Amino acid sequence: MEMPVPSGQIIARKSAILDRFLKVLPAEAVISEPAETRVYECDALSAYRCPPMAAVLPSSTEEVAAILRICHEEGVPVVPRGSGTSLAGGALPTADAVILGVSKLADVLETDYDNRYIRVQTGRTNLSVTGAVEQDDFFYAPDPSSQLACAIAGNIAMNSGGAHCLKYGVTTNNLLGVTMVTMAGEIIELGGAHLDAPGYDWLGVICGSEGQLGVVTEATLRILRKPEGARPVLIGYDSNETAGACVADIIRAGVLPVAIEFMDRPCIEACEAFAHAGYPQVEALLIVEVEGSEAEIQEQLSRIIEIANKHQPAELRESSSEEESALIWKGRKSAFGAMGQISDYICLDGTIPVSALPETLRRIGELSNQYGLKVANVFHAGDGNMHPLILFDANKPGDLEICEALGAEILKLCVEVGGCLSGEHGVGVEKRDLMTAQYTDDDLDIQMQVKDVLDPQWLLNPAKVFPLASSASRREATTRDTAARSDSASAAA
Amino acid sequence: MYEPRDEDAVASVIRDAANASKSLSIQGGASRRGLGHDVAGAPVSLTGLSGITLYEPGALTLVVRAGTPLKEIKAALAEEGQMLPFEPPCWAAILGNGAHAESTIGGVVATNASGPRRIHSGACRDSLIGVRFVDGAGRILKNGGRVMKNVTGYDLVKLMCGTHGTLGVLTEVSFKLLPKPESQATVSLTGLDNQQAVAAMSAALGSPYNVSGAAHVPSASDGQSRTCLRLEGLAQSVSYRAAELMRQLDPFGSPQLDTDVDAVSREWQSMGAADALATESGRDIWRISVKPTDGPRVAAALEGATVFFDWGGGLVWAAVDAGTDVRSRLAGIDGHATLFKADTDNRQRLGVFHPEDPAIARYSQRLKQEFDPSNILNRGRMG
Ligand SMILES: Cc1cc2nc3c(=O)[nH]c(=O)nc-3n(C[C@H](O)[C@H](O)[C@H](O)COP(=O)(O)OP(=O)(O)OC[C@H]3O[C@@H](n4cnc5c(N)ncnc54)[C@H](O)[C@@H]3O)c2cc1C
Repeated sequence: MEMPVPSGQIIARKSAILDRFLKVLPAEAVISEPAETRVYECDALSAYRCPPMAAVLPSSTEEVAAILRICHEEGVPVVPRGSGTSLAGGALPTADAVILGVSKLADVLETDYDNRYIRVQTGRTNLSVTGAVEQDDFFYAPDPSSQLACAIAGNIAMNSGGAHCLKYGVTTNNLLGVTMVTMAGEIIELGGAHLDAPGYDWLGVICGSEGQLGVVTEATLRILRKPEGARPVLIGYDSNETAGACVADIIRAGVLPVAIEFMDRPCIEACEAFAHAGYPQVEALLIVEVEGSEAEIQEQLSRIIEIANKHQPAELRESSSEEESALIWKGRKSAFGAMGQISDYICLDGTIPVSALPETLRRIGELSNQYGLKVANVFHAGDGNMHPLILFDANKPGDLEICEALGAEILKLCVEVGGCLSGEHGVGVEKRDLMTAQYTDDDLDIQMQVKDVLDPQWLLNPAKVFPLASSASRREATTRDTAARSDSASAAA
Repeated sequence: MYEPRDEDAVASVIRDAANASKSLSIQGGASRRGLGHDVAGAPVSLTGLSGITLYEPGALTLVVRAGTPLKEIKAALAEEGQMLPFEPPCWAAILGNGAHAESTIGGVVATNASGPRRIHSGACRDSLIGVRFVDGAGRILKNGGRVMKNVTGYDLVKLMCGTHGTLGVLTEVSFKLLPKPESQATVSLTGLDNQQAVAAMSAALGSPYNVSGAAHVPSASDGQSRTCLRLEGLAQSVSYRAAELMRQLDPFGSPQLDTDVDAVSREWQSMGAADALATESGRDIWRISVKPTDGPRVAAALEGATVFFDWGGGLVWAAVDAGTDVRSRLAGIDGHATLFKADTDNRQRLGVFHPEDPAIARYSQRLKQEFDPSNILNRGRMG
């Protein structure tokens, strides 16, 4: 994976730039010692690392604006960072970049149950948003598996999803407003406690823009009343095809579960060995969860079980207690950890049309044989968001490269069957160079034109999302400007 | 009038117009005519781009050409027991465009038109998962796709929704769908004032009973106010939730229950269409979005107006004397006010869309330049 060559001119001015930071931030919020900048060298896509020139940890929107104004004037690239759990390398810096971390911005600013929203600073973790309202029986719906660690800032930037988004939608559907600082240091407010935009839907574009359009410091989020209860049912089948058909039939029948999770055999075995959830030995396992009062749960489950039975399940287990429900979920929730015990792996994140499920799984199997690496599948079946896990050996020279090549083939397959490269993790650097498989040059250009509007110098997280070749002319125009500026500065000196 | 029959023809109309710097006025079924500022320019009708491209009931997804009549889509979905989640409202009557004017799906998307279920299942922009469009330079572009979860690149799908044809001409749109509820019921209260009504709606929307509609008509046909809460879903579940909700709302009066599916669905259709204001001819109609508990403040500030509340109080429809500057009366209340219906002069003088913050307005203008460099697409529609 390639990153742009860092600008020697910027690195040469490091101490002058740091001096300027120290005029607007306290010393402990400016990190520049190599031993300390190492903390910011990667996110959860840890195969790629590069310590930034410096990291700054502002404590207010005004401080964020002050830092951005300086970086804008100095032509320094800025990489915003929440908790660094991105699986796409979204928060990966370059050696000439400043990491702008929002972790000190973690307060709840306002909670309003009558109007059902909460306003928070974006460094707050996803789970602690729900934590702030659950004593009153409310919750924030998007629930990425990383919710203990990931920040609302990253959730907004990646438009993150979760297991329950079939019913509740993803981040963008639960975001009412933001305070954002542009690269030029201008503070703008988009949306608020009311619904819909008066003009263009900027909020809709900011959400999912991977930290390339502005630094989001505050967010107004929709909160919901907790359902009275929830219960999963576990259904096992002898083939992926049958499980896929069962999913389509459930959806078609007009019962909309809150979650339908799917695991294939390699994944089931790994989870079972790790979590001892009592999973049956089958080819495909579904976990279907419904919500409501006891009577509503019964009504929905009886319909789902009726449909499931038509497909002759090898196993069907309705939870009859809190403990059993927890056990059913325990295996699924530990899927990534379980895989990590067995082997190194990379986690993909494509989406396919639900109807293409059996075909896609079959072809992933073929590709897996062809490349000689095992693939385990675990995914949100209701919405077609797949997480194939490719197992490899990080200590074996060349294995990572084979793994990445196989990953690229699988993602292209997702596009070919009518889906997309990323369902919830984002493009970052990981899928950047595959974007041409899904989009034409014009399709990419119109997206880059949006960045031209908000960040004409391409300083904010510049080497992400778009293939380097596609964004080169825009990024290099900035490098030339910076060079010219520093030339004239040295000439003046 | 240009009547392109496919996407390539749309692109060539636009390229020619761009070369000649000739502006175009984009239209679907003309059921929303009068919404936004008048546009001078050669009319382009999208009704030639019609038909469902792909419908997968088992995946809850639909791909459809932009000129397809909404009626046709609703019928196709109904056959499979499915629907568009955001309940596209019919505004032909309130805009005075005649009951026969037929919305196209492109017009629905271009105006981000969303009905009462907006508070529960999101707006049009939330159900929209993919667009194909032609920009002002004649480039054929796509964003999003036909799957529910997609974060590949920037979300221009949301951006295109509600841009009134000013950034591009939509040629194809994709949606995620919902199963049509097997049962529906309305729990209603009578005689509440605006403040009490919003308190009751807030209580209901903050309950675990999945309320999918919350509207308040201060002066219904019998002269009394009527506050309505809708429940939808499987039959037993609806009756269970209705009973619980009625118990919860007891302090607000004596809740009534209506379970006649036809009557319930007619009533909510009528809420979406803002029928409560349909007889206010000669007055201006405003559509005001605020946080729900500010709804009564809006009504109080607009003394003499006929108002009606949807979205739990957060959407205030108001009929006021022609020419009233509603925005200046609402100063200090966060949100935005759209002059939904008025004559050309008043729309011109007051502005249809709420003025954006100056910084954002500047970015919006630059965005328009990027998408439509010759400024030929619905020039001036959004002010
Ligand atoms: C074990 C594990 C499980 C996961 N499960 C899920 C899952 O179920 N669903 C899912 O969607 N994701 C999942 N993820 C991915 C990841 O957690 C999400 O992408 C998350 O939203 C990232 O949040 P963060 O705060 O860690 O962001 P970071 O990693 O710090 O940054 C992510 C991106 O956001 C940008 N950014 C950060 N802060 C700001 C800001 N203030 N303003 C603008 N841009 C900003 C960064 O530049 C970067 O591009 C998982 C990750 C792990 C490691």
